[in-house]
Amino acid sequence: MDILPILSTLRRHKLTSWLLILEIALTCAIVCNAVFLIGQRLQRMDMPSGVAEHELLQIQVADVTAPSNPYARLAEDLAVLRQVPGVISVASSNQVPFGTSSSNGNLRLDPAQPERTLNAGTYFGENLAHTLGTRLVSGRDLQSDDFIDADTAMKALGTGDSKNLPHVTLITQTLAERLWPGQNPLGRTIYLTPVVGLRVVGVLDSLARANAYDTAKAQYTMVVPLRMGANKDQNYLIRTRPEDRASVMVAALAALKKADPQRVVTTRRSFDEVRRKFFQDDRAMAGMLVGVIAALLIVTALGIVGLASFWVAQRRRTIGVRRALGATRRNILNYFQTENFLLATIGIVLGMALAYGINLFLMLHYELPRLPAVYFPVGAIVLWLVGQAAVLGPALRAAAVPPVVATRSV
Amino acid sequence: MFAYYLDLALRSLKRNKALTALMVLAIALGIGASMTTLTVLHVLSGDPLPDKSGQLYYPQIDPQDIKGMMPSKEPPDQVTLIDGLNLLRAGRADHQALMTGGSVPVQPEQSSLDPFYVEARYTTADFFAMFEAPFLYGHGWTAADGEAKAREVVIARSLNDKLFAGADSVGRTLRMAGTSFRIVGVLDGWQPNPHFYDLNTGSYAYGEQVFLPLQTMLELRLDRNGSSDCWGNGGGGVGNILPSDTCVWLQFWVQLDNPAKAAAYREFLIHYSQDQQALGRFQRAPNVRLRNVMQWLDHQMVVPNDVRLQTGLAFGFLLVCLVNTVGLMLAKFMRRAAELGVRRALGASRRALFAQLLIESGVVGLVGGCGGLLLALCGLWLVRQRPSDYAALAHLDPSMLFTTFVLAVCATLLAGLLPAWRACQIAPALQLKSN
Repeated sequence: MDILPILSTLRRHKLTSWLLILEIALTCAIVCNAVFLIGQRLQRMDMPSGVAEHELLQIQVADVTAPSNPYARLAEDLAVLRQVPGVISVASSNQVPFGTSSSNGNLRLDPAQPERTLNAGTYFGENLAHTLGTRLVSGRDLQSDDFIDADTAMKALGTGDSKNLPHVTLITQTLAERLWPGQNPLGRTIYLTPVVGLRVVGVLDSLARANAYDTAKAQYTMVVPLRMGANKDQNYLIRTRPEDRASVMVAALAALKKADPQRVVTTRRSFDEVRRKFFQDDRAMAGMLVGVIAALLIVTALGIVGLASFWVAQRRRTIGVRRALGATRRNILNYFQTENFLLATIGIVLGMALAYGINLFLMLHYELPRLPAVYFPVGAIVLWLVGQAAVLGPALRAAAVPPVVATRSV
Repeated sequence: MFAYYLDLALRSLKRNKALTALMVLAIALGIGASMTTLTVLHVLSGDPLPDKSGQLYYPQIDPQDIKGMMPSKEPPDQVTLIDGLNLLRAGRADHQALMTGGSVPVQPEQSSLDPFYVEARYTTADFFAMFEAPFLYGHGWTAADGEAKAREVVIARSLNDKLFAGADSVGRTLRMAGTSFRIVGVLDGWQPNPHFYDLNTGSYAYGEQVFLPLQTMLELRLDRNGSSDCWGNGGGGVGNILPSDTCVWLQFWVQLDNPAKAAAYREFLIHYSQDQQALGRFQRAPNVRLRNVMQWLDHQMVVPNDVRLQTGLAFGFLLVCLVNTVGLMLAKFMRRAAELGVRRALGASRRALFAQLLIESGVVGLVGGCGGLLLALCGLWLVRQRPSDYAALAHLDPSMLFTTFVLAVCATLLAGLLPAWRACQIAPALQLKSN
């Protein structure tokens, strides 16, 4: 295929050609970045929680008047729930992975150090690791004599009495690796406040925090042996078989209501719902981006169809002459296809540079990572295909122009 | 002349229906997308109290220990209970209120209703006057009642409708968390957006149903929601345990009627910090901020990043649609070179041709704008179906309606400029000859 005649024709339509190139470049740049953003969102939605998601139920109940002994109340509730048929394990927790409502602590490796080392999610509750289904990689689980009542601990914190404070903790592998890279974390101490030193006794495989907004820090969590009383913010967690979830939820609520008909159930959901709710904005954003990409490609394609149709109509006579001089239908078809390919290629090259620029801007303002190089060929191929598909119709119409047109005067 | 050009434009547009439809569609899609996102951005970055936000300030002081101190670091976003009460009682501003959020169980008298939880705001007497909360019935509690830990409550209209079928409930009793409260006022559907006075409990579409005196809440140990930030051996805010003295967990707002008063209040905050430092309570050098409502919302970056990103994306899309329209219009005008040449030869000036072509693109813009408006309404409906907390707020207001049309027509006229100018450059003789 000879490119030179095409270039010389395009030179006569400089402005229109450049507009088409500009449109393709803009579309290419936006599509590259949008596809990248979708990838980011999908990756985020895939974030591991570290728990047996399809086997867990979360319930929050609130008493209208605070119980006289919240610790006894909590123990009674857990005992009631354990009796429900189909329940494998129960626990209480101050937060759940991806639950948004979070409790966090500032960790220091040395109590005298001025700045915190990092901020981590602090889980409080008995039997938590087992019920959540997170695996212990090394060390031991928390035992009931490790636990201190929250009121006792708060009082001790105020007076600096370290005897009545928790002394041990479980941490995730990720947190251990961040705090002591390549070393054995067991037996080492983390400070939550100058007097709360917690010795690491066990390492958990994985446990996401309730406010896992930053993927890099999502696994910075620890379980502290603090026994909480029954209150509105406490979660009852039930582990059951996936197929029993609905029936266990109904039975569990009935059992809790029976224990005290005056209480109010404020949360009742499966962990699947917890995850769905936490990532709902990401899903909506990904959906919107898909919509924008589709709309952009359609508009660009229609633009190409429109311009190509014009050019075909304008060059009807020239096409007729070429046909009369011996050009085959295929030659004419190829001419328009090559022309589009050339314009698309220039547009794509410009679009790549623009895509890189947009990505730099997004990195600066939205803390996004650099656009990986794989997205460039994706954008290029998509636009070449769209261009070829769009030009096919007008090109076929051009190829159908009969040679006799050349002999007619307009 | 205008009517004649309009007629010409309509004829020309009718001649090539598919192309006209394509241009209108592109404009409509671009306008629809950008207006949808712009409206959401406009709603979310709106001023919650347009008449008063400039006079309302959020004082910040720095009571933290010396650890981790760095010059130019922001003081905490909230205040401790001690500082909050000190500043409140100092009474140096025109109005001041100390507050925090929570939720309380309501026990309706009617046996048909189960107990239910509502969002609560625990605050001090000036809250209602300062934020201009409108009362349907009654009024707020007095400062003296607040200090006396009165069992008084102000309820929202929606709760009044639910419990008392909308009747004047002032003087009646509301049982909450096992305690009887006397209703002193009913607010008339007040829900500022963003929820500027406490962004921890939710930024948008968040409204409290009951308002209680802060001192009453402290005595009854009612449930608290929101954030608490502690240092040193501070802790608490767990369950029903109040945060300790080294925790910030309350919001303190003041009303300062003019800039001079604001400057004086800033001085007062510095003096207060110095006094507390002399007493040994504060360890850091005075580090104060005094932002008004809009500055505070801006500082807290209350508009979600996703919304900004979507707006940028939509304008990128509009740009592509416009480039598309410029290309199509150019092709269209150039194809009519012969017709334009004849008109030039018959004496039409370049100006006249230019005006004629611009009217043609203006018509496309107007029709595209109408289409865009319909698409924006659909888009906003789609946004409202989304689960985000701000979704329910996405409605088109008159100012955005007007902006849509201006944007659509301006954008298309701008898009028509280049093709119209290019088409006017045609030498009439050349066009006549080739025919």
